[in-house]
Amino acid sequence: MAKILMKGNEAIAEAAIRAGCLNYFAYPITPQSEVAEYLSWRLPEVGGVFLQGESEVAVSYMVFGASACGERVFTTSSSPGISLMSEGISYIAAAQCPAVFVNIMRGGPGLGGILPSQADYNQSVKGGGHGDYRMLVLAPASVQEAAEMTMMAFPLAEKYRNPVMILGDGLIGQMMEPVEFSEELIAEPSNKDEWATSGMDTRKSDKRNLVKTLYLVPEELNEHNLFLKAKYDRMEQEEVRFVSYNIDADYTALIVSYGTMSRVCQTAIDNLKDEGIEVGMIRPQTLFPFPEKAVLDAASKEGCKVAFSIEMSMGQMLEDVERSVKGRCPVRWYGKCGGEVPTPEEVVDVVKSNI
Amino acid sequence: MGKTYQKPEALSDAYTHYCPGCTHGIIHRLVAEVIDELGIRRKTVGIAPVGCAVLAYNYFTFDFQESAHGRAPAMATGIKRVRPDLMVFTYQGDGDLASIGISEIIHSANRGEKFTTIFVNNAIYGMTGGQMAPTTMPEQRTTTSPAGRDVSKQGMPIRMVEMLSTLATPAYLSRQTVIRPKYVMRAKKAIKKAFEYQVEDRCFSLVELISTCPTNWGMTPQESIDWTENTLLKYYKLGEYKSPESTEEA
Amino acid sequence: MQSEVMFAGFGGQGILLSGKILAEAAMDEGYEVGWVPSYGPEMRGGTAYCTVVIGDRPIGSPIIKNPMHLVAMNRPSLEKFARIVKPGGVVFINSSLISVGSGRDDIDELKVPATEIAKNLGNERAANIVALAAFVARSKIVDFEVLKKTVKAEFAKKEKFIPLNMAACEEGRKAASK
Repeated sequence: MAKILMKGNEAIAEAAIRAGCLNYFAYPITPQSEVAEYLSWRLPEVGGVFLQGESEVAVSYMVFGASACGERVFTTSSSPGISLMSEGISYIAAAQCPAVFVNIMRGGPGLGGILPSQADYNQSVKGGGHGDYRMLVLAPASVQEAAEMTMMAFPLAEKYRNPVMILGDGLIGQMMEPVEFSEELIAEPSNKDEWATSGMDTRKSDKRNLVKTLYLVPEELNEHNLFLKAKYDRMEQEEVRFVSYNIDADYTALIVSYGTMSRVCQTAIDNLKDEGIEVGMIRPQTLFPFPEKAVLDAASKEGCKVAFSIEMSMGQMLEDVERSVKGRCPVRWYGKCGGEVPTPEEVVDVVKSNI
Repeated sequence: MGKTYQKPEALSDAYTHYCPGCTHGIIHRLVAEVIDELGIRRKTVGIAPVGCAVLAYNYFTFDFQESAHGRAPAMATGIKRVRPDLMVFTYQGDGDLASIGISEIIHSANRGEKFTTIFVNNAIYGMTGGQMAPTTMPEQRTTTSPAGRDVSKQGMPIRMVEMLSTLATPAYLSRQTVIRPKYVMRAKKAIKKAFEYQVEDRCFSLVELISTCPTNWGMTPQESIDWTENTLLKYYKLGEYKSPESTEEA
Repeated sequence: MQSEVMFAGFGGQGILLSGKILAEAAMDEGYEVGWVPSYGPEMRGGTAYCTVVIGDRPIGSPIIKNPMHLVAMNRPSLEKFARIVKPGGVVFINSSLISVGSGRDDIDELKVPATEIAKNLGNERAANIVALAAFVARSKIVDFEVLKKTVKAEFAKKEKFIPLNMAACEEGRKAASK
């Protein structure tokens, strides 16, 4: 298949359809409205469902209802909208329903701005809603990767019966890059008869299914939470994904960065190399589960004197980097939060002034 | 002679957790009877609210989802849009539907979502212990309006069916009660119509049922029936507010 | 090697489209490309700009502090961005709307009355294609024939505009060689 030049938002929309997801509910918000605009004509073309809901709160429950029937479904939004959806996400995680949420992040807090940001790291990775739950969080760094991760997200959501989030910054949504869609079709989940409220007529068994989140008996609720935790532990075992850059060099510093920010760091690393300074990088592709071991190993390498968490947030990922580095070297933070993406030159200066 | 009266297949064997004098049990049974009569049990999905009826699914024998507070209509929208062949209903109380979930019910009704809502209005929050609801009557005492609802500060009770009937899209809107046998038969007819319209693929249908809460009203079951008749039904007038037939005539 | 082109002007001048066409042409030639828009509040205030990055290996930072080239369609854009262009780059100036120069002697300044040329062709809105063609002819950043093919493909769904835009390409090329 030939490459097409597409905006990240459109690539995500098209990738979802190619992943066999024909159900989409959403509420408009900059900088991701192109997803809804694209799907508003594209889904009817393939016989899918497109509905603009009355609010992000309602949308998260439309997703919940559809997902609880065992149908593939997704929504997209940006930071303030994800805050509103976080209620629904907590219920969906608790009810163990598969669903995909895309957050094309803009600056916060509050209305913030509409330019790129990564300030929803904690909200996504640590759980923005109430209770002990986790989402599997995928962080694309290019339009191609945004499309690939969208296609991956559905089977992952089904494997774990858990919400999966694609966490991109505004630039990933707005930028155009060549994209090539995989032709591979993803099989439907096989176990949905056991849990989905798809109507008893559609199943062989005569058992009715119930999708619920209320556990009034403390022992039962604790049991439920332990079950969920075991699932999140399994994600940590099986789903860690990351890319390393210049990691075989004898580097004196290590950068941990994701999304658009990691590309800026990559250019900075190239420029530093030209000046004779070697810097390695770990780019997490999954933010939960976080590539703890990769970061620890990279920071433990002889000669690595300092590690950096470079992010478009005020040190949210820093906590995970510090946790992973386990004191093997000092960890510094650099970032900006107003919507300006730091330039390679800034990253070069930060590295130089810390080694 | 065959059996003339039996438990509907759609109703389970569970013992009730509802208080003496509460009408949820009657309404559950009417819904189950209608589902049996229409033969739709195996393709029905119910949605339970947050409120006393959160455990409604324990009493039914078909697929059920449990919603967050007020969001049942959004969940029903999600189901019905992706699985239009399923018969979907929400079962909601007045705190759930008329307070926290008022946006979801209005927009679902206005989009003409093809599901049915059973709206049980007893003018108070039951499960959380008798707090004031948007439907609480003027001067009615609750745990958050101990001196009685002050309409100068809290406004007048919301009449949901009247409000929804200003919308052009919904197919069927009716208000009934089940406090006496004569009302029960009419209520069943309304519930049956509401489900039949869904079977016919018509737009949104809702039946409001004026109900009791002896426990939180601080009354005996008998007193609560009298209070419902003398106070609630004076303000919440029973009747059919909108039907496909009335719309066609207009 | 990597090269960056910044397109800037009023909203409605077809700035984002010019960038997209260049990116597609470069993609057709086998380059790695990125098209980075400004989508901030400025897009509501009237000025628009985007940067096209073209390289022979995967593109790192999409954030470009100093682009190689600039296509300025109005005066505020020239005044704002002329100084950040790398030495040796092409600075295209739409002289129909810009009465001043870039004020730099270390770049290749290309003045073309793009709006006027487009008007003479019968549609002012083709000024962006005149400018793009002139810029490509001068910078040789992509093959001119590939550019023409891409312009044609862009208007495939609005066929009646193809002759106009083909003429705009030719006029742009001519203007650049003057």
